[in-house]
This record gives sequence, structure tokens and C-alpha cells, in this order.
Amino acid sequence: MKELFRRTPGRFTSARRDADQQIPENLWTKCPACGEITYVRQLNDQLKVCKCGHHMRLSVAEWLQLFDRESFVEEDRDLAPVDALQFVSAKDNYAQKLRETQAATGMNDALLTGRATLDGAAVQLAISNWEFIGGSMGSVFGERLARATERAAERGVPLITITATGGARQHEGVLSLMQMAKTNMALTRLSAARQLHIALLVDPCYAGVLASYASVADVIIAEPGARIGFAGRRVIEQTIRQKLPASFQTAEFLLEHGMVDMVTPRGELRATIRRLIGLHAPAAAQLSPSDAGVLREPLRLS
Amino acid sequence: MSTELTAWDKVQIARHGRRPHTLDYIRACCEEFVEFHGDRRFGDDPAMVAGVARLDGRTVAVIGHQKGSDTRENLRRNFGMPRPEGYRKALRLFRHAERFGFPVVCFIDTPGADPSMQSEERGQAEAIAENILVMAGLRVPIVATVIGEGGSGGALAIGVADRLLMLEYTTYSVASPEATAAILWHDSARAPEAAQVMRITAPDLLDLGVADAIIAEPEGGAHLDPTAALLNTAAAVRHHVAELAGVPIDVLLARRYAKYRAIGQTQQHPPPPVEPREVPALSFG
Ligand SMILES: [Zn+2]
Repeated sequence: MKELFRRTPGRFTSARRDADQQIPENLWTKCPACGEITYVRQLNDQLKVCKCGHHMRLSVAEWLQLFDRESFVEEDRDLAPVDALQFVSAKDNYAQKLRETQAATGMNDALLTGRATLDGAAVQLAISNWEFIGGSMGSVFGERLARATERAAERGVPLITITATGGARQHEGVLSLMQMAKTNMALTRLSAARQLHIALLVDPCYAGVLASYASVADVIIAEPGARIGFAGRRVIEQTIRQKLPASFQTAEFLLEHGMVDMVTPRGELRATIRRLIGLHAPAAAQLSPSDAGVLREPLRLS
Repeated sequence: MSTELTAWDKVQIARHGRRPHTLDYIRACCEEFVEFHGDRRFGDDPAMVAGVARLDGRTVAVIGHQKGSDTRENLRRNFGMPRPEGYRKALRLFRHAERFGFPVVCFIDTPGADPSMQSEERGQAEAIAENILVMAGLRVPIVATVIGEGGSGGALAIGVADRLLMLEYTTYSVASPEATAAILWHDSARAPEAAQVMRITAPDLLDLGVADAIIAEPEGGAHLDPTAALLNTAAAVRHHVAELAGVPIDVLLARRYAKYRAIGQTQQHPPPPVEPREVPALSFG
């Protein structure tokens, strides 16, 4: 994992970045929102946020940099998917799709889990990989997340999930649906352990995943402009036979309707999460020396 | 018999308009049913019915998706597709049941949760997610029965259970066959093919470790002899509620946890080696 996610400041070869965002030589990137062409290195300095405010999609390896350098230890790396339904259709062969996606991403499935620190604070983390069948949740995704959640409960550390997803993975059928129950089941342990779950919803975040662990987090943070919803826009437009407003199902729309706690620009994420972790740390760890003295007072009186 | 029917045939039977619906099953299983209305937040959703009733002398909470038997009633019931207020009415009943120690009996019969602008605005995903979470830890027994079609999170939102029963010709899947075909192949007309590959029938779910038991239907389907289907279902529900009611709640919760933790299939092997990808350095501060 370490060599896969090696950082090389000043050098950038992007074999697999979205081709339509690329201008020759990989030196310049065109913003899909405003069309502005920006020097790649400058864009990286801006955490891939365009001057217009558009937050470009980050890879899993890029998201890992939200945590302390070199602190990440991957878990359950060898847990791999099974073609339980033996899903083969005229247009689709799941086993083959898995092999191709695994070869392209170097991951067994769409969720990366493990432990890390954020400004020294231990956390369990789970980051979905949009490039792996749309970040969809099947058996491995659900199992890795459930284990990460149980470990967070056992270790007494917060769980941080970063989610971009199209929802449950169709190719694993009802087993994918049941991962919604599995992940929420595990979250009951985290809750009993009085540990925090912070969910970061990034573009896009939909369907069965939004309708399970992502929506029951203690704190929900959304990235500006991220598309977030249960039913897809296309489905709703077909049902009502009219175009939906551009603002529909954006992070800002969800904030307005009370479905997320905050819409936080990328540059403020780390400080926001750090503060939230600090505010939810066990009381003993929060006391400053003078506070501790005040609390000891009643003991001396007794 | 059922072996001669394709998955798509069973989808048609599961959706048959003359099949009994949730209110019929409640009346067949229970006495003294009192229906509750409203989520106390926004409104009352006719696509979800909920209330309390007596089952074998024991009070239970009953909750189910409600389809109509004709177009007029189906429009009123939104074809059994609940809006967030429907799920939140169910949530009220879960909490009510826990407070009074009533077992929960659910009937699943929906193509999926309502996909509309209004449901999105009111938090359809949150409503479903919250129900799943609450059912996961609910300190009373839960028996859920698929009586027609079980479609997606809209079904699971009243379907996390100690026992999941399915009538013989019913289906339960991650999405309706039409939705799966649309998602995978951008062509909902290929629903019959999706139904076949998705393994959505009751025997499939028993095989996959999701369903716990199958309730026999009259040959050809419940619509051909509704009384027989209702009687079989009532007997099965009574049996499972009685069995679960004797289990200490902490034992039951541990079993429920283990059951859902075990669902899914994985294997162990390392991911394939890949050429290291250069990752630009990002400074989050
Ligand atoms: Zn821009």
C-alpha cells in the first residue's frame, strides 16, 4: 500500500485521470464546472478546488492525505469479493468486471479501511473508491466497514467515513442490500462504546449507501456542490416528466433541508474534523490542569 | 409447480393485483387491530400501515407496506411506495413496541421507496437508514414476512428481523428488476433478464442465507386462493412470534447481530500487483 500511494511532490503522471479533464502533457486541467484551464500544480496546491469553487474528485490515495503522513495502516486488504450470484448477462460478466477493476486499481474492492491518526488522534477510517464500480457496496465493502466499525468500538476511537458511491452493488443482488443492515448493525456497537462517527459525503453519494451508514452518522459533513440523494435524478425526472432544478440534491440543498450538519470547503475539512474529535474526546482527556483542580475539590471536602 | 416458473413469472405473481395485501394479512393473523396514523412530524402516509393488535392473546405492533387492489386505491396508496413520513410512522411503532415490550410483526410488499422530489426534500435516505439502525438494536422480537415484492432499501427499512419469512412466489432484491436493468444496462425493458440473473425468488434467498423460512402458497399463487395463503401465513407468523417471545432479549439481540454480520460472501486473496501510481501531494493543513 505504501508504495502504491507514494507521494512525489513536483511530479505527476496521471495515467488514469478522467481523460476529458486532461489537456495535453498533463500540465493543465480544465474545470468541468466553469471551463477555466488551470496549471495542475497550482490546482494541487488548492486541493483540487477550482477558483470557481468546484471541488474536483479526489482519488482514495489523495483522500488519505487528510490524515497524518505515513500514519495509515491498511486492514483487511486481502478480503476479496465472490461472484455469489454467478452474475452473467449478455452485457455484463461480474467476475470479469472484478478482475479488470482489481487490475486497474490494485484494490480487491471498493472500500479502503484501516487505522490512522489525525494530528496524533487515533481514528479508524473507511474511504470508498469511486473508480471501483462506482464505489458500490457489496459483501466486501460491507464486511470491511463492519470490521472497521467494530475495531473503532473496541479501540475506543472515532470512525471517519469518506463516501462517494452510486449505492448498493447490483451484481451481488440482495447480499448487497443486506450490507446496509450489516453496517448499521455494527454501528450500534460504536454507539454503545460512545464513539463518534463522522461521515464525509463527497460527490456523488447515493441510494443504498446514503440510506444506511452514511445517513446515521453523528456528524455529517458534505463537500460543496456534491450531489447527494436517495433516488437518482434520472429516475425522478422520468417519474415527474420534468427537469429538476440544478440545485436539487446538492450538498447545499441537503443543508437547507436539515439533512447534513455542514457544507465544508476542502481546505477546512482537517481543522473541522480535528475540532470535532477533540470536543468528543473522553472528559478526562479534555481537562486542562486548572479544570482538573476544580473537579478534585469535592473529593477533598469529603 | 414452482420449479417450472421463471423468476419473471414469479415477479408477475408477486405483483398480482388480487393477491392479499398487508391489511388482509393483519386481519388474518390478529384480532382487535387498531391502526395508528401519522409520523407526528409531517403527515400520514397511506403507503404504510401501522398499529397494534392481538396475536394469539399477545399484543404486537404490526407494520406493513400497503398496496391497493385497484387503480384508485393504488393511487391513494402510492403503489405501496412509502414516503419518509411512512417510514417515520413505522419508526414510531418500533419505539412504541419497545416501550411496551410488544413483538413487532412486519409485512413487506413494495417495489421500493417513493422516488420523488418531495421525498428527497424530506430525507428519504435518512428515514430508511434510521429505521434500519433502530431495528438493529430494538429490544423486542421482530418477525418480517415478504408477502409480495420486496424492493430495495424501501423494503429493508421495515425488514431487519430475527426471522425473515417469504411466501413461496415472492421476490426480494436490491432493486426491482426494472431498476436493476436501468442501472446496469440503461434499459428497463430488460427486466425479465435482470430478474433471472439477480436470484430474487424465495428459494434463492433461503440459499443465500437471507430468508429463514418459506411459507407455502396455493398452487399458482396466493391470488388463486387467498384464504389458504392467509391461513398458512397466519400459522407461520404465530409460530415464529411464539418461539421468539420465549428467548431472553439479550440472547435474541446477540443472535440478530450474528445473523446480519454473517450475511454476504467473501474470500481471501491479495489484490493483484499494479504499477505504482504517482499521487500528487495535497496539503490539507
Ligand atoms: Zn471552475
